[in-house]
Amino acid sequence: MPLAVVDAQTLVDSVALGAVYALMAVGIGLVFGVLRLVNFAYGQLVMAGAYTLAFTSQFHPAMSIAACFAVVIALSTAIDLAVFRPLRGQSPAVMLVTTFALAFLLQAIARIVDVRDGTIGEPVRVVGQLNRAVSIGGVNVRQVTILAITLGIVMLGLLALLLGRTTIGLHMRAAAADFRTARLLGVRSDRVIGFAVFLSAVLAALVAIVLTVRRPLVTPAYGLQETIVVLVGVVVGGLDRLWTATLGGFAIGFATGVINGVLPTDKTIFLPTAVFTLVILVLLLRPGGLFAPRGATTVERV
Amino acid sequence: MNQRPLLELRSLEVRYGSVAAVRGLSLEVQQGELVGLIGPNGAGKSTTLHAVMGAVPISGGEILVDGVPVAGRAPEAIARSGVALVPEGRRVFASFSVEENLRLGLAARRNGSGEEALTEAYELFPALAESRRRPAGVLSGGQQQQLAIARGLVAGPRLLLLDEPSLGLAPAVVDSVFETLARIRERGVTVLLVEQRAQRTVALADRTYVLANGELRATLAPADAADTDRLVAAYLA
Repeated sequence: MPLAVVDAQTLVDSVALGAVYALMAVGIGLVFGVLRLVNFAYGQLVMAGAYTLAFTSQFHPAMSIAACFAVVIALSTAIDLAVFRPLRGQSPAVMLVTTFALAFLLQAIARIVDVRDGTIGEPVRVVGQLNRAVSIGGVNVRQVTILAITLGIVMLGLLALLLGRTTIGLHMRAAAADFRTARLLGVRSDRVIGFAVFLSAVLAALVAIVLTVRRPLVTPAYGLQETIVVLVGVVVGGLDRLWTATLGGFAIGFATGVINGVLPTDKTIFLPTAVFTLVILVLLLRPGGLFAPRGATTVERV
Repeated sequence: MNQRPLLELRSLEVRYGSVAAVRGLSLEVQQGELVGLIGPNGAGKSTTLHAVMGAVPISGGEILVDGVPVAGRAPEAIARSGVALVPEGRRVFASFSVEENLRLGLAARRNGSGEEALTEAYELFPALAESRRRPAGVLSGGQQQQLAIARGLVAGPRLLLLDEPSLGLAPAVVDSVFETLARIRERGVTVLLVEQRAQRTVALADRTYVLANGELRATLAPADAADTDRLVAAYLA
């Protein structure tokens, strides 16, 4: 792909998309780390946050955003208590299928709530002004693009500090590496899992805010497409380690953005074909993940 | 022995499916004692330790720690009540630094300064202090065993369970492990030691239980260590 055809605008937008997908990848990777559970229902957390933003559009943006965080964190915690906790120790297949069911259940509930006004889809008007562009060095950049990139960098930085420098972070890493031994040492399973679930919810709420600026019409399927793409990215990057999963999420977002920019407008229908062909190629060549260290063994990758 | 044992097993039964791994095992460890538990592979030694830690469910009998039944509690709850396990195969976190591994041991600490406990551990094992920033995976087998023991000690346990600490180590390193165990006893830590090295264990321990096929076969005193016939008989009984 000759770089000359990719202009600065496309590059910046692709980095922003990569940043959003990286945040989702971290949200999925954190929970996978401690529960060995691929949460297919992660997109529905984003969807719930987006609907919250839509339904609270008449309030002050700060209130609306606070409500978004509250709803996503509450939903995520409820899912952990009601679904994940009883499933702990089940086979990965059982857990994956359960999160499939959960995803479609939440979508169906969203449809019931959404259709009450006679139409499907609710617009988010809270943070729409972030769509305005600013010019940086002759390149027009939407504010939301800057927000997405900044959030990506800040959140990943904070997370690295949390995992690397704090006791709860150390306990989470230990639980992800060898949960049985970690528990024998006194690491509280409920606490590390609860904290991972909480962090993944915070990230989902942030993603909901950024995504609704880019695509303000919230539907029951909101976040589903992104989740599938991010899951693919996470597996391509390497699910066993948080940083490879995150890189995978970023890479697939970035690649999607770039390919989208390179393809002529009437050819964007080929975008998923191009992305997923690339994915298959990568997995054939590096089954352990694109960023997994050489010789690394693959563990259950569902 | 009138005082309440720190650890008491009463007719402990553990099954894996239809296979009985531990059958009617009763034993006790008094405060300040170093007690051995020996026997051939598959005798149920490790299973007994895992049952005490709550890592495998028991199917009968009782486990009392300081008189309190602990069966059914989560491993982390038992660890936090003052029972530390140094697991078989050491189970250090290879990609974590030595210091991070030790800090994980603090997870079960109930009171007092964790920093002080780390300093003491480094005094006890100077080799670990030199490598505190290095990944645990690059340490030698003997040093990793030191790390696993130190990780158990920094929790400040009332009872330390050791699962085959000499396994897979060179003879000279095994010597140092047994020296370490003697030093730990001098510090007043109560120890239940599972080992394959029968003679050395019997010589070191205040009392050694011999387990075979999940059942208690004999109880040996330190003097029996020199009596090879008795040892062999206990093993093959």
